[in-house]
Amino acid sequence: MQVRRLPSGGRIDRDRPLAFRFNGKGYMGFSGDTLASALLANKVRLTARSFKYHRPRGIMGSGPEEPATLVELEGRHASANRAATTVRLEDGMAARSVNCWPSPGLDLGAVSQLFAGLIPAGFYYKTFKWPGWRLYEPAIRRAAGLAGAPDAPPQDGHFEAVHAHADVLVVGAGPAGLMAALVAGRAGCRVFLADERAEAGGSLLDRRLEIAGGPALDWVAETVAELTSMPNVMHLQDATVWAYREHNFLMVNERSPANPSIQERNWRVRAGHVILATGAIERGLVFPDNDRPGVMLASAAQAYVNRFAVKPGERAVVFANNDSAYAAAANLLASGVDVAAIADSRDAVPGHASDIAGDIPVMAGSVVTGVRGQRSVKGATVSGRDGRGASTIECDMLLHSGGWNPAVHLFSQSRGSLRYDESLATFVPDEAAQACVSVGAAAGELSLASALRTGAEAVARTTGTEMPDLPTATGESYAITPLWRVDAPGAKGRAFLDIQNDVTVDDVHLALREGYDNVEHVKRYTTGGMGFDQGKTGNINIIGTIALQKGVPLQDVGATTFRPPYTPVSFGAIGGIREESVVLPYRHTPVTRWNLDHGAFMYEAGARWRRPGYFPRGDETFQETVNRECRAVREGVGVYDGSPLGKFELKGRDVGRFLDHVYTNLMSTLEPGQCRYGFMLTEDGLILDDGVAMRLGEHRWLVSTSTAHADTVNGHMEELLQTQFPAWNVYVTTVTSQWNNATVCGPKARAVVAALGTDIGLSPEELPFMRFADGHVAGLPARVVRVSFTGELSFEINVAPRHMRELWERIMETGVPFGIEPVGSEASHVLRVEKGFLSLGHEVDGTVDAHDLGMGWIMSRKKADYVGKRSVELRRRSKAVRRELVGLLPVDKKIQIPEGAPLTPGGEKRPSEGLVTACVWSVVLNRWVALALLENGKSRHGETVHVRLKDATIAADVMEPVFYDPDGRKMRS
Amino acid sequence: MMLIPCPFCGHRNESEFAYGGPVKPDRPEPHETGDEDWVEWLTTVPNPLGPVEERWWHVKGCGTWLTIWRDTRTHEIVEGPGDAG
Repeated sequence: MQVRRLPSGGRIDRDRPLAFRFNGKGYMGFSGDTLASALLANKVRLTARSFKYHRPRGIMGSGPEEPATLVELEGRHASANRAATTVRLEDGMAARSVNCWPSPGLDLGAVSQLFAGLIPAGFYYKTFKWPGWRLYEPAIRRAAGLAGAPDAPPQDGHFEAVHAHADVLVVGAGPAGLMAALVAGRAGCRVFLADERAEAGGSLLDRRLEIAGGPALDWVAETVAELTSMPNVMHLQDATVWAYREHNFLMVNERSPANPSIQERNWRVRAGHVILATGAIERGLVFPDNDRPGVMLASAAQAYVNRFAVKPGERAVVFANNDSAYAAAANLLASGVDVAAIADSRDAVPGHASDIAGDIPVMAGSVVTGVRGQRSVKGATVSGRDGRGASTIECDMLLHSGGWNPAVHLFSQSRGSLRYDESLATFVPDEAAQACVSVGAAAGELSLASALRTGAEAVARTTGTEMPDLPTATGESYAITPLWRVDAPGAKGRAFLDIQNDVTVDDVHLALREGYDNVEHVKRYTTGGMGFDQGKTGNINIIGTIALQKGVPLQDVGATTFRPPYTPVSFGAIGGIREESVVLPYRHTPVTRWNLDHGAFMYEAGARWRRPGYFPRGDETFQETVNRECRAVREGVGVYDGSPLGKFELKGRDVGRFLDHVYTNLMSTLEPGQCRYGFMLTEDGLILDDGVAMRLGEHRWLVSTSTAHADTVNGHMEELLQTQFPAWNVYVTTVTSQWNNATVCGPKARAVVAALGTDIGLSPEELPFMRFADGHVAGLPARVVRVSFTGELSFEINVAPRHMRELWERIMETGVPFGIEPVGSEASHVLRVEKGFLSLGHEVDGTVDAHDLGMGWIMSRKKADYVGKRSVELRRRSKAVRRELVGLLPVDKKIQIPEGAPLTPGGEKRPSEGLVTACVWSVVLNRWVALALLENGKSRHGETVHVRLKDATIAADVMEPVFYDPDGRKMRS
Repeated sequence: MMLIPCPFCGHRNESEFAYGGPVKPDRPEPHETGDEDWVEWLTTVPNPLGPVEERWWHVKGCGTWLTIWRDTRTHEIVEGPGDAG
């Protein structure tokens, strides 16, 4: 039974009842309800337990400011830590309270209330120090017990992210925002209007006001209809503008897109002008036990009776320091709620306020000093501000209003400055930093007439259009005398500043006493304002408490920094469809399908390329597979797909001198048809990449790079050409995906290529090592390059991608009599280690130079200058100890050394003198072999060094970093 | 997300660009520069509180390396000393 539901009124649809469950019990609500309003209609009072002390809590707000009731939604709607006041009720919804077990009524964690005095602010930091916070953090976080993340992605629908552009982005569809959107829309601007609530109207939904002589909501309906009819206006409801970034870029989280397959949509809007009509948020008052279930913001109670036709209680006491609560009290009274009294902390109540109060007793100069009832309010103790004349008034709810704070969050995110306004007793927007204007309550204009006026004015000014005639509006004036806390004698008990994080006045005092006297420090030490609600109702009371205690004006205390998001946003919405494979799609060569069909185990090979790691066969072990592939190359013939290597074609008269500048060695002397292996350095002398340059013609070159560094090398070359040598005639074209290659390697490679059929002479005389030739292979146009990354005779057959699959299959067919094997990256790794060939990321680690690698010859002495030359010379002059590349043979040849393992003197617990960069099972030596970077390694051949592991040491003999064919006869054959 | 003016493509989202860092003085002639001056040029990157000249690469667009002046306090793209007139 919805016992607290009014028989008529409200923005709910009584013809559409919705069933839902809360903490396992079934209830009914109506379409248009939030979870909070439906719970209140069902007289569910105790809805939550607090974060730290597990105190019983109820519903305190009506929107995103809600500090107390967080729920976890289950099933189809699964999501965590949602404020009950922002959850739109849906049929079949199931929710439960977070932070209590098994239920808020019987919460075993509530024993912590007994120790409450022992856990003040900073308690955890002070207590759980030894041996380290990290040891305790998981258990404490579990005890604090906010909801967990859903364990599966949503089953129905997906998230989406879209971009939009607007001349005018209006945030908030209350009176000011609607007026602004209307003027902008009529002026023909591209308007984007977003509002966080289910329907437009803003605070007009919560109150009973009149515009143009009729109900304000009639004006809202007319305005929305006009906006809907304008093709230049995009109007979204249930859409929160949650971030205001640089260059007028804002994020909008739309939670109810019309397309049912889309769960949420995240808009990224670039706006010419931003109108911030974000309204204001009521703050609470600070008095003992101001967190009991039944203590509610006056504006929230007003919203529940007016918008949801729900009585949040039967008999209210209202406690206020300003005028706005009077209208709330009057609305409640008109809806049949008994309002016992209004306790107003001001000595003099303005006449217009007492007029609104009518027959309700107003107790001027009074404060609430205590609340009776633990799980539900039973009464309020009211006394004079001096503590005299205390009496207890029976009631089941206590409505309080500490004044209104403009929602300056987005304005502040945009780096606009704030100013403390004495007459409003709050912070208001001051200087804008971007093209935005705050209007209406967000600008501290708290009356309806001024909301309409400022909304229209802002747009008229920015668009240069005329001010329209404004509709008349019922006026209410607003006055406030700040009351930062109740300190009347007799006020005893916890007075909460931040309800969600259980931060009390005493906690802030403690922080100040302990020296945390900057508002940002107080925030972090007490965690005040760091909850899901981000202190929307309490932050300014913390600032006020600090100001009182320090005896300084609020302006000098200042506000803490507002950061996105304004309200919680689901990760799904932020990611959009950029999840899993869509974020960074894999790159494939035309052979991927063949690889998969032949059982390849695929790896990622840098730059998102997928390459075969190895091709397991039958019940081979991993090592047996790799050994088989290696032996094929060393003894017969193998083939691998080298397509992912980065490739760039350079054209122009100045390519030669440019390559001389970017490579360490001399490239300009190459003849067409020749290749050369080289290093590129960065200007600080470190190795950027290694690769092969080949001269295709007088002014045409092709440069290959390692797979992972292709983009980096491209950026490096382009930056030099565009910023340092703009006059040089060089054009760089990326051709990585325009050339694929199959590299046939091994002693029988020449025979296989010959058997494929080619018009290119393959003999060592016609096509020697480090030369290439264009022609045909297997009837396909091809370029055959004699480079070798395995140390064997190799023919890199380059073809266009459309021919690659055919080439590959022809090689595999033709190679059968020769015992050809496809080779994966594991075997390639073994083969290059046996030869002592480098791998960026293994031996080249961002500290070594060519000399350390035993490749000083690659650093041209003939060239006066090239990128990195000066820095390498400078560094080497320092004579500091260098780590140099060596080969290692583990003394026990059956022991594998983990890659990356440190070498220490004698294997003792001492600073390392190097590290093992690679260790593989060599099929030619039939043992484990390793490469390492070792201090002064070149002069230590023959020594025995030690690898230090966690619980063992491995002895290894130092040698030249080459285990196979040191003269390179095989690859040159 | 900043809006960066590309001389060829107009204003484009920052996500289309790669950051190239602040613009250093021209590369000194390596063999006519003392060690200290070389290290200074190599390692000292302008890092002012205020406008800084920096490079961006329009890598997901036209490929241009461009130069802008950005105010490090606000992300505003501002006129550089040489831009006036």
